[in-house]
Amino acid sequence: MQPIVSVRNLSKRYASGHQALDDVSLDIDKGEILALLGPNGAGKTTLISIICGIVTPTSGMVTIDGHDNDTDFRITRKKVGLVPQELTLGAFDTVRNTLNFSRGLHGHPPDPAHIEKTLKQLSLWDKRDSTLMTLSGGMKRRVLIGKALSHQPAILFLDEPTAGVDVELRKDMWALVNELRESGVTIILTTHYIEEAEEIADRVGVISNGQLLLVEEKAELMQKMGNKRLTIDLRQSITEVPAQLSEYDLQLSDSGDQLIYTYDTRRERTGITALLQTLNQSGLSLRDINTSQSSLEEIFVNLVKADS
Amino acid sequence: MNWHAIRVIYKYEMLRTWNTLLQSIASPVISTSLYFVVFGAAIGSRIQSVEGVSYGAFIVPGLMMLSLLTQSISNASFGIYFPKFTGTIYEILSAPISFVEVVIGYVGAAATKSLIIGCIILATAGLFVDLQIAHPFWMLAFLILTCITFALFGFIIGIWADNFEKLQLIPLLVITPLVFLGGSFYSVSMLPPAWQTVTLFNPVLYLISGFRWSFFEVADVSVGLSLAMIVLFLLICLGIVWWMFKTGYKLRQ
Repeated sequence: MQPIVSVRNLSKRYASGHQALDDVSLDIDKGEILALLGPNGAGKTTLISIICGIVTPTSGMVTIDGHDNDTDFRITRKKVGLVPQELTLGAFDTVRNTLNFSRGLHGHPPDPAHIEKTLKQLSLWDKRDSTLMTLSGGMKRRVLIGKALSHQPAILFLDEPTAGVDVELRKDMWALVNELRESGVTIILTTHYIEEAEEIADRVGVISNGQLLLVEEKAELMQKMGNKRLTIDLRQSITEVPAQLSEYDLQLSDSGDQLIYTYDTRRERTGITALLQTLNQSGLSLRDINTSQSSLEEIFVNLVKADS
Repeated sequence: MNWHAIRVIYKYEMLRTWNTLLQSIASPVISTSLYFVVFGAAIGSRIQSVEGVSYGAFIVPGLMMLSLLTQSISNASFGIYFPKFTGTIYEILSAPISFVEVVIGYVGAAATKSLIIGCIILATAGLFVDLQIAHPFWMLAFLILTCITFALFGFIIGIWADNFEKLQLIPLLVITPLVFLGGSFYSVSMLPPAWQTVTLFNPVLYLISGFRWSFFEVADVSVGLSLAMIVLFLLICLGIVWWMFKTGYKLRQ
């Protein structure tokens, strides 16, 4: 299947000399939700801005639905909606007018029914005739999403959509993103909230220092990159790990009643069986054992740390 | 061509005019009326006529040009500078539109506003002096061409400017002096020969001269030359705007 967005060898060096992107290639499939994770200044916004036509790349190319983003911009940009990171809105326009403006800019005739539906979907219908400067930050964020959806894009870019919004609005947005995905919209979002990527993304890309470190199916990534922790609760507290267990690199909890064993799920042998046998021989009495998977956040932090 | 984009940009800009009616329309009309009172009534009463035209009527084309030029520039420059300032320019840059639609929308709206102001000033002048227009078609042609050309010039300033001070710099330090020294309130023939030669290097002289000819058939330079100069300036401005959008100068990083 042809990817809906294809990025090839994209590089961007700003006039200041800062290399924001370095030879990035990426394919995005139709209908998926891709989360781009990365620390501040990693190049996430630059990547999105180049795809949306706001920033000119130094080299490389972007195709959208098979069309060159540069030469066929009239076709490609019609398919794309962008929710920027900053709350960039005019002050004096009304909510409804600003959505109509965005729809017209993308070459669509007025459609009051669609605008009404979008405003209702975003709980903005009551505010339709309010001027933008009177809205709260959360409301402005909704308006920006409404503007991006006003021309019914096939691909939606959300640059930090939930930055600075309350928990309720964040959950609403996640629900909206799922709804859009079900209607066939491809969604690319950048986020600082790992839980957001964990919650809604199909695939996760990690950018650091302008390079795309990896793009993986979320579940596969967590499976592949994730370490597991085996926590062993002891009946009696101990002051140090017995010598015969030294080869397992166990950590003793501060309270002395837990031994923690970290193992790599990718290894053929995790060493758990041998550890339990050795534990039995050591005379330690066990109360409970449990395992936990490392979160996407831990994977992300490890990747970025390794890159820097 | 994305006609819907042109429609919404034009509508948005015109709406801004109605929202700031006092600043957009009343202010230039009041200041022009003051010019009539000062130059037309106070000074005009001591100057009987210039080249056979009463002084009050003689200054009407120059006063109209003064307002048209400054309004066209300020409307268009503010129109494009404000989205840059607030960051909403991202929408224009990411929309399926070329510089043609952007220019028609923003420059068209700015030129329309100036045209409206020009017509209001003309009507206001009719209250002060007895006005006759010898060549209405050419008057309108000069009026429209000037509005479009200087709105384009303002659009260039709006893209170039990266702060509010720069936005005011060219209109205040370049345009206003050029209009005042371009024969708005006098005929070039009234100047000493050396200054007459210097004035010929002022492009605004050609606009005012041609425009005045359409009213009274009195001109400092030939009408053909006036028309050629304004068309030349229009083409230069169009070329610069095209280059700005092609290279992304002060628009795209």
